[in-house]
Amino acid sequence: MQHAVIRPGESALLPCLARRAEPVVIPLLALLAGFAAFSLFLVSQGKSPVQYFSLVWLGGFGSAFSWQNTLSRTAPLLFAALCVALPARLGLVVIGGEGAIVLGGVTAGALGAALIGSGPVIALPVMAAGAMLVGGLWIGLAGGLRHYRGVNETISSLLLAYIAIALMNHLVEGPLRDPTSLNKPSTAALPPDLRVGNIPGLDVHWGLAVGVTCCVLAWMLIDRTTWGFAARIAGGNVRAAQVQGLPVGRLILGFCVLAGGFAGLAGMFEVTAVLGSANGSLVAGYGYTGILIAFLARHNPLVIIPVAILLAGFQASSGLIQRRMDLPDATVLVLQGFVFLSILMSEALYGRLKPFVPEKWRA
Amino acid sequence: METDLGLWSILIAIVGGAIRVSTPFLFVSLGELLTERSGRINLGLEGTLVFGAMSGYGVAYLTGSAWAGVAAASVAGAMFGVVHGVICSIPRVNDIAIGIALMLFGMGLAFFFGKRFIQPVAPYLPSIPFGWWSDIPQIRAALDVNVLFLIGLGLALVISWMLRTTRVGLILRVVGDSTDAARAMGLRPVPIRIAATAAGGALAGIGGAYLSLYYPGSWTEGISSGQGLMAVALVIFARWNPVACIWAALLFGGAGALGPALQSVGITSGYYLFYAAPYVLTLGLLIATSSPTRAMSGAPGELSITK
Repeated sequence: MQHAVIRPGESALLPCLARRAEPVVIPLLALLAGFAAFSLFLVSQGKSPVQYFSLVWLGGFGSAFSWQNTLSRTAPLLFAALCVALPARLGLVVIGGEGAIVLGGVTAGALGAALIGSGPVIALPVMAAGAMLVGGLWIGLAGGLRHYRGVNETISSLLLAYIAIALMNHLVEGPLRDPTSLNKPSTAALPPDLRVGNIPGLDVHWGLAVGVTCCVLAWMLIDRTTWGFAARIAGGNVRAAQVQGLPVGRLILGFCVLAGGFAGLAGMFEVTAVLGSANGSLVAGYGYTGILIAFLARHNPLVIIPVAILLAGFQASSGLIQRRMDLPDATVLVLQGFVFLSILMSEALYGRLKPFVPEKWRA
Repeated sequence: METDLGLWSILIAIVGGAIRVSTPFLFVSLGELLTERSGRINLGLEGTLVFGAMSGYGVAYLTGSAWAGVAAASVAGAMFGVVHGVICSIPRVNDIAIGIALMLFGMGLAFFFGKRFIQPVAPYLPSIPFGWWSDIPQIRAALDVNVLFLIGLGLALVISWMLRTTRVGLILRVVGDSTDAARAMGLRPVPIRIAATAAGGALAGIGGAYLSLYYPGSWTEGISSGQGLMAVALVIFARWNPVACIWAALLFGGAGALGPALQSVGITSGYYLFYAAPYVLTLGLLIATSSPTRAMSGAPGELSITK
């Protein structure tokens, strides 16, 4: 570590500010670069980037109605991003959150169907706990395999996601199928008292509030507790952490189980607040958007909140853009791809840009 | 002939299915093998596979030639490989994360450009009826082998020979095993890795074209279900040996054919569980062959995934 030489009479404020600004400005620049590359792509397709981004504003953020649409889509993205960000603190790249979301949803749907008549005070917490447990087991399995068997967690978690989707199809079409769901095999429809409602004053379901709370809790866990500190050490250097006597295995398991638990909650809210029963619509790609959000937020749970809202806005405006600009719904995936590549490439800039490195100022 | 084949018919269907389903596994795993032998891992081949399936189908439909589609898919795949190779050459950029990004990007681009090719019908790739000697329709169907499968077999042997005995193979192995040794020999690792990743992408693109132009034989957004990712695990299982990739691909193909084979004889309960068979098999093999303490035998020294 180098330190800036501070001369008498000179404030240390500026160098400190510069260092703090680096992890904020570089991702923002990368985001803009990704938008710029996407704009060139749109121009090459004969479409207007100005029209695209103004429609995103209109459909995602321009009115109370569009905000409500955006915020309703934010909840699952918050949970999905947490599922990537928590293991990332330990140096793990877990990309199979989709599987935990799907299984969490199925678990919630099945428990809800079994608990019809017992009232929301008992049923909803049981459904949430069940969804978190199953999701946690799923991602915990990937973490455990990594630590105890040396299996690459990126590959295993994605394989587990495919297995989860097959399992969901099996359960929803077979043992858990409601015979009255003809066109779309589903679990039994949840009665109105087991459906999670909206936050008072907002037309957005409670999943958003719970998701934001979980982000804050996850931030406190990482930044304000000894477990989070230990996890950061283990993420930096496993050997060093083991020499220090840190329980690396238990940290990996704990963080992965918690991450999967959050993803399971996403599935639970999709079922109880949006879908009304567990079915194939649970496979909506939230897990994959969550990967991008976590990387954009540099795995900081507090930053996940605004980034998730931003990407939810792009998804919320997708329908409007399809109608007005005659672009396919995959357009938002292309945009996300450009932004993802740009943010990963920006890793090379850290410590290179002179305004952010006080040591280089005098040179 | 009206004989009841009973359990034999399941076996025949699995063997035939293994040959049919294994071809994309074979191409993607050979591509991944080339990339990994140069010391990089490309997790984005799933995206390359999907984009290859779309571009191959689209070009085959527009030109009326399935082989033009295969060529287009390989060019598109090579371009994805170049992008991966170039970006990963930037210092401090993580090849696994770039692979994830390119996987999502490749799928997004394929869905973006592929919308208009969902309806039309493109020409199929030809197959050779090796089952001509039999009267039994199941055997004839099972031994109807696509030309690309045979090309894949030949390619595995050629790559194996190339790695063992040629100068190109030696260069690739040195770059993959030690960047320092390669530099000491006067080689430039970066362009060699980009070339290896591009070649790997081209093969993955061909694997995608097989999916859309032969089996299952149409372009849909759900055309690939993780074959590109499983190929990465397959290469580890095959210990970075091209000939072993053939057996591994056939094994994975057989697992993938299990669901349809059982369905063809009327077993439908637990149908979706059999569809999970290839993933469970992949995971099981990964668990069995990995170890937390020692490096894997046969792994290229510079490979980040085994370090």
